[in-house]
Amino acid sequence: MGNIGAKEIPVLLSPEGLRIDGRRLDELRPLKIQAGALHRADGSAFVEWGANKVLAAVYGPREVHPRHLQQNHKAVIQCRYNMAAFSVDERKRPGLDRRSQEISKVIAEAFESVVFAEEFPRTSIDVYIEVLQANAGTRCAGLVAASVALADAGIPMVDLLPAVAVGKVGGAIALDLKKEEDNFGEADLPMALVPQSGRLVLLQMEGHLTEPELAQALDLGVKGCREIYERMKQALRDRYAVGPMTGASA
Amino acid sequence: MSEEIDAEIRTTHVLDLAAEGKRLDGRGPDEYRKITVEPGFVATADGSALVRIGDTAVVAGIKLEPGKPFPDTPNAGVLTTNAELIPLSSPTFEPGPPQPGAIEVSRVVDRAIRAAETIDLTRLCVAPGEKSWICYVDMHVIDHAGNLIDASLLAALAALAHTTVPAKRFEIAELDYPLDVQHFPIECTFVRLGDAIVVDPTVDEERAAQGRLTVATDEAGRIVAMQKGLVGAFSPDDVKETVRRAFQHGAELREIAKGGGQ
Repeated sequence: MGNIGAKEIPVLLSPEGLRIDGRRLDELRPLKIQAGALHRADGSAFVEWGANKVLAAVYGPREVHPRHLQQNHKAVIQCRYNMAAFSVDERKRPGLDRRSQEISKVIAEAFESVVFAEEFPRTSIDVYIEVLQANAGTRCAGLVAASVALADAGIPMVDLLPAVAVGKVGGAIALDLKKEEDNFGEADLPMALVPQSGRLVLLQMEGHLTEPELAQALDLGVKGCREIYERMKQALRDRYAVGPMTGASA
Repeated sequence: MSEEIDAEIRTTHVLDLAAEGKRLDGRGPDEYRKITVEPGFVATADGSALVRIGDTAVVAGIKLEPGKPFPDTPNAGVLTTNAELIPLSSPTFEPGPPQPGAIEVSRVVDRAIRAAETIDLTRLCVAPGEKSWICYVDMHVIDHAGNLIDASLLAALAALAHTTVPAKRFEIAELDYPLDVQHFPIECTFVRLGDAIVVDPTVDEERAAQGRLTVATDEAGRIVAMQKGLVGAFSPDDVKETVRRAFQHGAELREIAKGGGQ
């Protein structure tokens, strides 16, 4: 395609194989997960991942609103992924745009694949994801936060759901793209893994990849997810683990 | 019998059949239903097509209007894709603002068209930063018998390939001219039924599905878009195998989209 008049493409990969922020191709951005960040929610988490700041809250199992969505044999999982107006460079019009609605749908389906929803018939488990500051990879950050929030709410699940995006920058497959890499990269592939089974419950892709590149990207993504999985478990331990001396008194 | 119970029985039946390597309508796992393409179905559109995959039917219509390019891409035209799952096409579709299902179809089709650079948007620019063509791709599902994503993209492509830019009507050029379609991305949708992964699902198969995977490929051997949907999971090996199958179907479906007819 000809020049569409967009800004000039920055150099995304140095000759030494380092990225614009000095990371290697298989390196995650700094990730901080706090389980239980909110007071009113049944479960919550705050995730700071690179320059992303994302909150997640879980309410339920509780009554289903709207009522007609109620299912007699299981809980429904409703998800609302929303970006704050001030979360991006140019103010975003408040409310759910089409992108947010699509992301809400695929995240809800991902969680429905791991939550034991049959244990709570005629209820709703509501997952709210609020992106306060965005810098690429917000759906994955939202998934990680929401997954920890679900665990924090005590919802029984097959497993936690680590998620990460893999992309192609400067011709190379790279883990966890930041904004500049996402804007000017050649492909973006967010995924969420069930670590226990090694299967993916969320997978999207846009851009250009050959079959060998896809295989490499899936590999890198699964490795990244396993690394994130450890951090998620640690966040829950940090909140709930009871030390030897502070346990239930004798 | 209530529809819910009926659906439940069919779901069990679909999964039982899949375990024996069979499908409700007798197809093999890698068999599409009959596909027909009728270009020029709507004369008032600048380009249009009616596509059927089995009993599923989608009409796509293209409209081009002069407008203003986006400030961040002053040299490019604008492409807008929208799918409508209208209530006439299924008892489960309701009137009102687009539901997540319709939005997903729109966005997954849009992603393939955009990533594959189906239309060279710079050629839709009339005066940089001032004036460019806005190309509206509207897809109406008129009969929903499953696999709306594949049918919608085929309809959109067939319509785009038979589109005339109305340059004379809007006094932009002396003569109207055909829209140049430079790439034909094809989306192939698969669902998991137990251990089987089958292409081109019907409504019953979509209801029984334990995960859905759509793969868009282009003629250059590239994967341009993917979408996993519904509740369920795929292993990385499932994904690679599905991509391989999508490439095989892609070549065949591309000719159908280009040529019209079957």
